[in-house]
Amino acid sequence: MVFLTRRATFSASHYYWNEAWSQEKNEQVFGKCARRSGHGHNYTIEVTVAGEPDTATGFVVDLKWLKDVMEREVLEAWDHRHLNLEVPEFAAGKAVPTTENIAIAAWKRLEPAVSGAGGAQLSRVRVYETPEIFAEYRGGQ
Amino acid sequence: MSATASNAYFGRRYPLSASHRLHSDALTAAENRAAYGKCNNPHGHGHNYVVEVLVGGAVDPETGMVINLADLDSVVLERVVDRFDHANLNLDPLFVNHAPTTENLCKAVFALLDGTVQPAKLEQVRVEETENNFFEYSGG
Repeated sequence: MVFLTRRATFSASHYYWNEAWSQEKNEQVFGKCARRSGHGHNYTIEVTVAGEPDTATGFVVDLKWLKDVMEREVLEAWDHRHLNLEVPEFAAGKAVPTTENIAIAAWKRLEPAVSGAGGAQLSRVRVYETPEIFAEYRGGQ
Repeated sequence: MSATASNAYFGRRYPLSASHRLHSDALTAAENRAAYGKCNNPHGHGHNYVVEVLVGGAVDPETGMVINLADLDSVVLERVVDRFDHANLNLDPLFVNHAPTTENLCKAVFALLDGTVQPAKLEQVRVEETENNFFEYSGG
């Protein structure tokens, strides 16, 4: 088994807010992240797929194909967007767009395309919110 | 997806600067020199370390978090960064009987944090000594 990782960047704005909570509780739990005017980050997403290198090409997957999948499934929907206001997974009452939930949402967007291609399996999605903060999801519960 | 909790991982990087000298009292001067090279120079030297802490657990459906960043920061700053930043590692009680190699620093940081990052679980500690070398420890 060989693991292959492709990295891409996107920039987006968000805020943290739980609709079920009072303003006071949101501010207490989420601090500055709860400011409703929002703020933004330069995110980096690392997508790792696992498989055996093809005997003819030597590829686990074609990197250009993986790049296209990442752009189509994730970047076109998220880059230069407001995650709470423009991305359905993070609409009011849905998941809070924390780095953890962004990694999970990216996995859910990518997994059907990767497994549907019949070669490699999606192994890990890691999302950096800043160079010092990241979350990752490896599937499952 | 907010209804059920998924397991995910959260990582955070903490820079700290410290000095050390690699030296073992169990070795002769010549053996220390052979084992540690210039890292054995008598007055020590320093690095800008980066300690990367990876925790795992269920994503709380209410907060979307494995752990609140502020809580993780508070634990790591108190237990690790305040202890080692701008310090001489050789003088720390943890390194009285162990050379402060980055392997041993990595294990020491893991021991200092293990069990303190609730509700998450400490998964891995990675310590980067320079941009070109790093060490990881996952317990066990």
